[in-house]
Amino acid sequence: MNYLSKENGILSWLLTGDHKRIAMLYLASITFFFFIGGALAGLIRLELLTPQADLMATDTYNKVFTMHGIIMIFFFLVPSVPATIGNFLIPMMVGAKDLALPKINLLSWYLYMAAGILALYTMMTGGVDTGWTFTTPLSTHYVNTNVLTTGLAVFIAGFSSIFTGLNFIVTIHKMRCPGMTWFKLPLFVWSNYAASILMVLGTPVLAITIVLIALERTIGIGVFDPAKGGDPVLFQHLFWFYSHPAVYIMILPGMGVISEVISNFSRKRVFGYTAVAFSSVAIAIFGFFVWAHHMFIMGISNYSVIVFSLLTMLVAVPSAIKIFNWTFTLYKGSITFETPMLYAFGFMGLFTIGGMTGVFLGTTGTDIHLTETYFIVAHFHFVMVGGMLMAFLSGVHFWWPKMTGRMYPEKISQLAAVVTFIGFNFTFFPQFILGTLGMPRRYASYPPEFQVLNVFSTAGASILGVGYLLPILYLTWSLKYGAIAGNNPWQATGLEWQTQSPPLTENFAVTPIMDHEAYDYDWLEGQKAKEVASVG
Amino acid sequence: MSHISPVLWQFLVKWMTDFSLFPPEASKIAPQMDALYFFMVLVSVIGLTIVILLVTTFSILYNKERHPIAVQVEGSTLLEATWTIIPLGLFLIMFVWGALIYFRVYNPPANSMNIYVVGKQWMWKAEHPGGQHEIDALHVPTGRAIQLTLISQDVFHSFSIPAFRVKREAIPGRYTTVWFEPTVPGTYHLFCTQYCGTEHSHMIGEVVVLTPKDYQKWLDESTSGMSLAQDGERLFASLSCAACHNTRPDARGPSLANVYGAKLALTSGGTVLADNAYLREAILNPSQHVTQGYAPIMPTYQGQVSEEGVIALVEYIKNLNSDYRVQQTTNTTDLLPEGEGKAVPAVTVPAKPGMVKQ
Amino acid sequence: MEQQADTTNFAMWLFLLTEIMFFGGLFTAYLIYRNWYYPAFVAASHQLNIFWGTLNTLLLISSSFTMAMGVWCAETRKRNGLVLCLILTFILGLGFLGIKTIEYSEKIEKHHVPGFHYSLNSFLNPDSDEAAKAAGDKPLPLDMARHTEVYFSLYFAMTGMHALHMIIGISILGYMIFRARAGAYTTGHVTFVENFGLYWHFVDIVWIFLFPLLYLISRHANP
Repeated sequence: MNYLSKENGILSWLLTGDHKRIAMLYLASITFFFFIGGALAGLIRLELLTPQADLMATDTYNKVFTMHGIIMIFFFLVPSVPATIGNFLIPMMVGAKDLALPKINLLSWYLYMAAGILALYTMMTGGVDTGWTFTTPLSTHYVNTNVLTTGLAVFIAGFSSIFTGLNFIVTIHKMRCPGMTWFKLPLFVWSNYAASILMVLGTPVLAITIVLIALERTIGIGVFDPAKGGDPVLFQHLFWFYSHPAVYIMILPGMGVISEVISNFSRKRVFGYTAVAFSSVAIAIFGFFVWAHHMFIMGISNYSVIVFSLLTMLVAVPSAIKIFNWTFTLYKGSITFETPMLYAFGFMGLFTIGGMTGVFLGTTGTDIHLTETYFIVAHFHFVMVGGMLMAFLSGVHFWWPKMTGRMYPEKISQLAAVVTFIGFNFTFFPQFILGTLGMPRRYASYPPEFQVLNVFSTAGASILGVGYLLPILYLTWSLKYGAIAGNNPWQATGLEWQTQSPPLTENFAVTPIMDHEAYDYDWLEGQKAKEVASVG
Repeated sequence: MSHISPVLWQFLVKWMTDFSLFPPEASKIAPQMDALYFFMVLVSVIGLTIVILLVTTFSILYNKERHPIAVQVEGSTLLEATWTIIPLGLFLIMFVWGALIYFRVYNPPANSMNIYVVGKQWMWKAEHPGGQHEIDALHVPTGRAIQLTLISQDVFHSFSIPAFRVKREAIPGRYTTVWFEPTVPGTYHLFCTQYCGTEHSHMIGEVVVLTPKDYQKWLDESTSGMSLAQDGERLFASLSCAACHNTRPDARGPSLANVYGAKLALTSGGTVLADNAYLREAILNPSQHVTQGYAPIMPTYQGQVSEEGVIALVEYIKNLNSDYRVQQTTNTTDLLPEGEGKAVPAVTVPAKPGMVKQ
Repeated sequence: MEQQADTTNFAMWLFLLTEIMFFGGLFTAYLIYRNWYYPAFVAASHQLNIFWGTLNTLLLISSSFTMAMGVWCAETRKRNGLVLCLILTFILGLGFLGIKTIEYSEKIEKHHVPGFHYSLNSFLNPDSDEAAKAAGDKPLPLDMARHTEVYFSLYFAMTGMHALHMIIGISILGYMIFRARAGAYTTGHVTFVENFGLYWHFVDIVWIFLFPLLYLISRHANP
């Protein structure tokens, strides 16, 4: 008897309050949207094989990259770890039966689905071609495409995100089991807590910005229109005030996964637990003060540019701290290289590159040359795809036995991890060079001398596609044919691993008492010895 | 060679001969920016190497077969401090270095030659002070500081010259500026790098850098006869600006001779530097920029003048160092609405109250 | 359960924090444009009817009082008292919206709605306009008069958002009145009423900020 087998029938899933079932609903939906976003990426790379805009009309190309961005950011990356792994695990990690507000959790999923369906509708009825950044006055006065429906979809998805974050914060504050103090929480919980703060405080500003765009497009208020005394740069400030914290919403939960995985596969407590915990919160707080580094060349005052550049340097430091802490977790550990660990290593290398190139962009002098080129595209794909997506896959593999009760096939999944890593580098590393050479982003056609690197990039993308397809196939396969996983196939220390796989609907038969430290492998040895003694 | 397919062969040849990691360095600031870029690449490579080496070494040394029992190490404040302070220090070096370059790029020297650039969907229009107009092209001489004053007629665009390492947003409603000094003659790419709609990828052009002699030749060949300032003078007269901006003792507006570059005292209490942006604002939103000593009666010309027209007016005012010709036009036409036909003094009075000269 | 009450209470405070961020964007835009276009904001603000605005403020403050009384009734298990307080809050809220409708229709008549034949007449010729004349306004220059449209954009966005929150609140109040009559909140389960009270007070506080910012720019007693 577990949460999957307890009740059957479609209504038991669609009206569930069980955070684990909701997590699985999310897993299915975000995978669906990932493949749509991925198909759009494929179209982009195909177009860019040749210097001319010959595969599709430029209008179509503009719609393709816009929808690629919107779907990948709002319908895949933002909910990826929090709504699937976070929803499933946070109650278990704090020792609770469910999240604080189960009905709000279900509402979150319905809002997400409504937004997603609206986004698909937009795509099928002509799409939108403003770029995911909706820059005014282009989006308010100069395009005839579905800006309003897309804006509404993003608005609704934003509320889905706000409610998830709200639920997490309340749960982490109010529902910890006896003995679970803040500094005994797994670092995954800390990361999601920090991301939830960003979700709750930042997303409403995006919401109001979309409302203002909608009003400007429909009834013609002139808040961003220079002809009526408004200022289009104000839109940039309001938009980036959310959208910069958004990138930390996307990466922090992934960093939480990496902490868990590296700890487990080196059998060691994360090096500098307190530093890693505080660095998550530091990223969240500093992340609110750097938004104008997206606006360095837009004519804002030189002095504000300097301030934002300085703050950007400060926000880069906690991420560097984490990389080193994870590295030293390996020191004197006992390391194995199962799939989650391979993805974690991939994350560390690729996120380091992505993070360092962020410093290239936060430095005002180099930003002048590199901004708005493929360097930016490469930078954010390194942190989002090389970083976050790898962390997501790492987490899905790590907790797959817990969520489904089945093991995934190890050999093919290790192969998929390596293929993904190789494909990723081939796809996106050339784009750094393209950006340095000056190739602008969002271009359907380009000067012929950029073709060689573009061809490399597209070739890499085809390899990357294979790397992403494989997990879909073998994970689905494993649901029926995978080896049965026990309670704790990884011998991990978290509370979620001390109960059956898949878990009971109420998670724990008896409310756990947290009487040991987080990542206490000695305590785990003690537990195992007790089990052996009680049987023997 | 027959074994390698023609396509692949073409590919390889192109790669070998055409390959570069950097655009050409064709301006004075380019090598400086590249130096900072190289430093950052170096730091990144070293950082990445350190991380990779550590991870690999630990993975080998502490492999489960080799090291079956993990030793719990809580942490080390010393290490935490090290890898906090050293990255922070390096980032701050980059920050300061970058800030210096940034200030250099966006603070034009006083003697720079100004070219106006208007961006619109989906072309760039450049206007030289001598009246030469170019579309999707920019001719500039080596050895001179060139300032670009940019504005957009519709949406955000961004004027980018990778070979010069400069880029600046063209915004509707406001001038932005950037400057550079070209060093190597040649033809370089010009791109629009802010997504601006359907033909964004085709809003590209050429920047042609010429030696000063060739540049002069080009100027002479492409002049349309009227300089920007002359265009501006015509507009000034046709819009009846001289009705108020003249040198009569009872003039309702300040004389504009030598106003460019002066510090003006405003009725709102502050002082402002009369630069391009101020002049444009004063034409389009005059009631917020009233010189002290004058009433806020200037009408706005928003909607009556295009951005090119404003540029022409600004150029005219910039080059205005006496009111002599203004006098001429007021002498020959009756511009006063009251139509009283007052006698006009022939001598100009240079300084007016409310204009504080530096 | 006490833990549940505590939890949902915390959740509601957190939600109100998100609402503050939501309105914050509008307040930021207001601050910037008021700083840039102060004379336009003064003239446009004088177009608002201060009688209606003050009355609305009094109605909302009273409704917060009746709501707080309602929460007390729920806590002390006075079913009839609770129902009465909720009905009074409902009526006061409706009254607020009714007055808002009057104000909006005034604005529509005078063509002060951005984007719909927006008219600058009241600002260029204040003597032709009652409100402007009463406030002793001088005529604005044309470019500054154009900026009054920004003020009204913000006026409709801010009061519109606020009204939307009022409508949602009043709808929930309607639902609550039915449930209260059935005794749902006077048997110890007061969380819903308490949390709704928080929401209602928040909507009230937003108005307390909106009123002086929108209605009271540079108002002087007439000599």
